[in-house]
Amino acid sequence: MTTMTAVPTRVKEAGYVSPRRQRVMGIVFLALATMIWVFFSRTTTGQMITTFVMSPGGAVATPNLVFKTLPFLNVLASISAIIGSYQLVRGFRGKTNTVLGILAGLFVIAFLAWGAADKSLNLAGLLKVAVVRAVPLTLGALSGILCERSGIINIGIEGMLLSAAFTSTVAASLSNLWVGLIVAILTGALFGWVLAVFSIRYKVNQIISGTVINIFATGMTSFLSAKFLQKYQNLNSPGQFPTWEIPGLSKIPFFGPILFSHNLFVYGVFILLIVLTIALFHTKWGLRLRSAGEHPKAADTLGINVNRTRYIATILGGMIAGFGGAYFTLGSVGRFDEVMTAGRGFIGLAAMIFGNWMPTGALGAGLLFGLADSLAGKLTILRIPIPPKFLEMAPYIVTMVVLAGVVGHTSPPAAEGTPYEKE
Amino acid sequence: MTDNKEITPTPADNPVKPGKAAKPNTFSIFLEEVSRNSLTVTILAILSGLLLGGLVAVATTETVYSYFGTSIGLGFREAFKVLGTTYSALFTGSFGRPDAIRAAFASGDWQQINIAFSPFFESLVQSTPYIFAGLAVALGFRVGLFNIGAEGQIFVGALAAVWAGTHIHGLPAIIHAPLAFLIGGLGGALWGFIPGWLKAKTGAHEVINTIMMNYIAFRLSEYLLTGFLKDPTKSHPISATVDQAAWIPRLFPTPNRFHVGFFIALIMAYLVYLLLFKTTLGFQLRTVGLNPNAARYAGMSIVKNTVLAMAISGMLAGMAGAVEVLGVNRNLGVAFSSGYGFDSIALALLGNSHPLGVVLASLLFGFLRNGALRMQLQAGIPIDIISIMQAAILAFIAAPGIIRTIYRLKEPKEVTGSPILTAARKEQTQ
Repeated sequence: MTTMTAVPTRVKEAGYVSPRRQRVMGIVFLALATMIWVFFSRTTTGQMITTFVMSPGGAVATPNLVFKTLPFLNVLASISAIIGSYQLVRGFRGKTNTVLGILAGLFVIAFLAWGAADKSLNLAGLLKVAVVRAVPLTLGALSGILCERSGIINIGIEGMLLSAAFTSTVAASLSNLWVGLIVAILTGALFGWVLAVFSIRYKVNQIISGTVINIFATGMTSFLSAKFLQKYQNLNSPGQFPTWEIPGLSKIPFFGPILFSHNLFVYGVFILLIVLTIALFHTKWGLRLRSAGEHPKAADTLGINVNRTRYIATILGGMIAGFGGAYFTLGSVGRFDEVMTAGRGFIGLAAMIFGNWMPTGALGAGLLFGLADSLAGKLTILRIPIPPKFLEMAPYIVTMVVLAGVVGHTSPPAAEGTPYEKE
Repeated sequence: MTDNKEITPTPADNPVKPGKAAKPNTFSIFLEEVSRNSLTVTILAILSGLLLGGLVAVATTETVYSYFGTSIGLGFREAFKVLGTTYSALFTGSFGRPDAIRAAFASGDWQQINIAFSPFFESLVQSTPYIFAGLAVALGFRVGLFNIGAEGQIFVGALAAVWAGTHIHGLPAIIHAPLAFLIGGLGGALWGFIPGWLKAKTGAHEVINTIMMNYIAFRLSEYLLTGFLKDPTKSHPISATVDQAAWIPRLFPTPNRFHVGFFIALIMAYLVYLLLFKTTLGFQLRTVGLNPNAARYAGMSIVKNTVLAMAISGMLAGMAGAVEVLGVNRNLGVAFSSGYGFDSIALALLGNSHPLGVVLASLLFGFLRNGALRMQLQAGIPIDIISIMQAAILAFIAAPGIIRTIYRLKEPKEVTGSPILTAARKEQTQ
């Protein structure tokens, strides 16, 4: 993973975009505009009306949004076309990625408006579920970011989530939810430590260390679950964290119920996001951590203990994954099932890459993938002729496209995956 | 690779700027380190893994604790009893019961003998997909590529083979079966080709892409098995049964499922050996794996070799899926997910990325898996115990330092053999 991009030089100055990339992005933007027009506008008649339900069924009722589908789609297509033309001619320079995000958002809105033509779609409910679905993905991605920024590839996120889901269930069943949560975080820390010991002390290839964790976690949790949880059902009844309405904020029309009427885990994501962004990019500690991942030799020369930094980062990363693991049981279904994480750790990895190893990017990617997940469940209700399975594939395909450097440009930490040896 | 375009070295271009040159593959260096493991370490790693599995079985048996409650002596006796039951169930499950075999021979009835030996042959059946998948990962390793997507390639191979078996009709068996098998291989090859091509052309890392391809394959299989490939007469998502003409033939009457696929696997192992070590292409592939720089300056195409290696690797994994579908299950359900793909990483590492090593490692895992299946029935120990054993074996093989510490082995002497490798390692530490 040390060598992921085809572009030999790093970004020269803030906001520099190569002419080729500017043109490619312009064409991509125009393609989105054309797609809105061809696929959505052209298949809509003038009489069609879209209804968006704007409250997920909470205490705060926001009136429904009802509008004519065709004019709305045409407006969206025009806006996209104008943005695309501007990009092709002048370029948005440093803001290109943000604009791409906005356009992707417009496209999704157009898609939803078209899908809900002559029907009613609970937009608020959809987004609320997307936020919930984004939780494990974002936490997985944040765990990955912390490890990889220090130079350790963490491919074992999936295994960490699964083990923490298991231990938290048993611990919470035996005592209470908070003990379960702490045990989950400690489990994550333990696996993070194992990953670090393998990768740093024994210099095992980091992908293999992660694979060991994944195989072991799948085997161990399934084994213990088959052996004990099915026999002693009382070990598998941890209960769930209740929903906490944030006073004031949850009363905001539309956004309130979507963002501020959740359980502990969603707020945990928000807090971690802020803490990690500040810690990684605005403190000395973060600078040191990142230097261990970018240029360990230089960091060492400056007196930073590279391996110690990596140990700390990996253990902290494991703790985040452990918190994410507890979400599956204590925050979602309230019981443990074998292999219940179902590849969420790997989508988290994808979200990390899609978010370009940035905490905010990880949240954005997590929300996008969460939306795809949430929407896949609603496709059959709407008049959308896409098989839900294809929408579920979208996060993986999008990640591959981004990795290939066609649309975006990823910049992983330079020294990740390489063990550091003092000379 | 920072730059994958062919570079023709000119005097002005020489020496190459460090940023321009392809970095030596850290992964190959790691593999080389692992390959220096002595046979002792390998054997100790396997034994330790097996022992750890037994200890987990003991530690999770309630009676052991209740006996320890009464007296320590009784506790130990119970612990050893559980250990004994575990290993004997594992052994008889994978090789067959000696007394049953003796009785069968005494009776002289062919069907009796067949039944008595069927656990042994079943273990070979379980080893067959392991051999293909292990070869797939090992071939990637030799070229410095980490194909973590064998699982997805197995799925696509199985899907393609089941399509060929259920949607092509009227061919004689001599054509249909090999055709379906090869179509399965092609499906896998396509699934390996895509990440290979992306790696070669854009530098996108194959580990991430193969993981993504895994999940695309899972969703694709769910889609196809609930739609296009679904058996319309069934309510749950499962494909129709493959035409009899496309079956890979079994050699003995039921319940013995031993099929020709095992021999195909051995032949493929030999072919991979020939390809890697006896042909020019194989030399190129290995050179690209060991040192991309050296390969490039020797005029070898990194793009071509990377793409080819991933496609062949995918093909081998696809064949693992095809052989399971055509030889054993004869249909495909969504629960086909086997874990072969991730186990095969352990296989390739255990077998030192050498075809012969892979075959031996696959036999070990096949016997373990089959033994564990029966162990689950006889001793009530969940089959997942083999995943724990396999993870432990993988960890011990990959981190020989752990084994050396536990068993107080001496550090091996620094090998100074391969000049390419020493250079690469030197460059790496700088």
